[in-house]
Amino acid sequence: MWKSMTSPTSESEATLTLAIVNDGDVVRGRQAVRDLAVSAKLSLVDQTKLVTATSELARNTLVYGGGGELRASIVSEGGRQGVEVEFIDDGPGIPDLDLALTDGWTSGSGLGLGLSGAKRLVEDFEVDSAPGRGTRVRIVKWKR
Amino acid sequence: MDRIPILRIGDVLLVSIQIDLQDQTALALQDDLSSKIVETGAKGVLIDISALEIVDSFIGRMISTTAAVSRVLDAETVVVGMQPAVAITLVELGLTLDGVRTALDVDRGLALLSSALGKAGSDVEVDDLAHE
Amino acid sequence: MDDLHSPDPTEQSWGSLLRTNREEVLEKWTQTAAANLGGRMTPAEMGRDVDEIYSALVRADTGDQIDIRSAAYADLRSLLTELSRTRARQGFSPTETAVGVYALKDAVLEILEAHGDLPGYRAFARLSRIVDDLGMFMLETYATTREAVIAEQAEALLELSTPVVKLWDGIVALPLVGTLDSARTQVVMEALLQTLVDTGSEHAIIDITGVPAVDTQVAQHLLKTVQAARLLGAECIISGIRPQIAQTVVALGIEFGDIHTKASLADAILLAMRRSGLDVVKSR
Repeated sequence: MWKSMTSPTSESEATLTLAIVNDGDVVRGRQAVRDLAVSAKLSLVDQTKLVTATSELARNTLVYGGGGELRASIVSEGGRQGVEVEFIDDGPGIPDLDLALTDGWTSGSGLGLGLSGAKRLVEDFEVDSAPGRGTRVRIVKWKR
Repeated sequence: MDRIPILRIGDVLLVSIQIDLQDQTALALQDDLSSKIVETGAKGVLIDISALEIVDSFIGRMISTTAAVSRVLDAETVVVGMQPAVAITLVELGLTLDGVRTALDVDRGLALLSSALGKAGSDVEVDDLAHE
Repeated sequence: MDDLHSPDPTEQSWGSLLRTNREEVLEKWTQTAAANLGGRMTPAEMGRDVDEIYSALVRADTGDQIDIRSAAYADLRSLLTELSRTRARQGFSPTETAVGVYALKDAVLEILEAHGDLPGYRAFARLSRIVDDLGMFMLETYATTREAVIAEQAEALLELSTPVVKLWDGIVALPLVGTLDSARTQVVMEALLQTLVDTGSEHAIIDITGVPAVDTQVAQHLLKTVQAARLLGAECIISGIRPQIAQTVVALGIEFGDIHTKASLADAILLAMRRSGLDVVKSR
């Protein structure tokens, strides 16, 4: 049902799925995404940006979404490669997306850089969320 | 849960983070450090993050808070060995760790602490610890 | 007339026009094509290419199909793609590339002028359209290949244009020359930060004397680099800011904050040395 808003621009290969239910899963998510970024031959800086964004968003899934799932895959489009990561939860959802994407705004105890910061670290960033509907965030980091 | 060991060298506490940090581990380190500063009367804290492949907003906040808490407890904090890719990402993320001193490596971090603590040279003198 | 053995005196296919005059067409085609390359390919080399195009073209003649994008032309298209790519990589001009097929028209026309008839000219008209399309096809492939070559060179240039130089123990400089776009600035800055770590340098001078213009984006990259260097434990000085650039920076409302800027590289070196506890004095 979430797939409906995804633009079918990129064809994906094998998808890696990981449950995000505790702190350790966030670390495992980072490591899995790092491995994909290495095999997609992203530069070290781009790997670091993607893994950092993954860390922020996986933590959101855990803390605000009450746990959920991470899906990651290598994607290609028009001859370039990238890594796509999706974060899916059935939590309370984000009531005001624009507000949530503002620097410094936080509903919890963080710095308020989670969503907005992660957005700056990747090229493609999509959020689908509404109160009571859960949240799905999709990011893609493309090879430079 | 892993706990990060805190080494004491003279009046400096040295922490070298060698693992991919879980949030709970980071929080525990923050607590352990403040207790240790009080316990030992340390005047400086050196956090070596050269092995860290990422620093996200959570770890960034832990570092900033640790520096602020240390200052209240009369100790200077220096973060050393950050990887260039990590620094670039942190800046992009919007975290500049204002108020946190940094140095390229442990040697330079110790030198920075020494001069900040009003000592000449880069040697940390072990024998002037009153509470030893 | 003798050479144009057409079964129907009023209709002749362009394919049969080529087939019946095979030897003569190939010879004149090769000559014309090779002549246009000014000796950069021997007639023998050209002859081989022409021969292949001829065979593929004749095979593509299946009735009245003159759309070169159709399936009948698939072999011919892949052959011409290959040829165009090779020519583009070898540095031939677009004209020199397309003449390989355009010369066919000259060859056939020459034969027709010697002993042609109306059906022959009609067939030539159709052939002419096909050859024009094939020529365009070659040029498109040529252009695509050249763009790829340019992109590769741009990338190679990026690697070349990041000279981080050591000025003194603990002081490195990055003399930037030429237009800075986002991609290049990023590569250069990453190289600078890595050098700071590798050489254990606490001072960096970014000299922009050779940079013609600084826009908001480039200024942002400079600022981010200075911030990232601070996180590593190093300080940057930006030098070589020309009056026009200083004015643009102010006009754009870019805040350099507490970043040290110096008008000349010499001033920046002096500042970096003083910061490392050195002083420059005249010997006497």
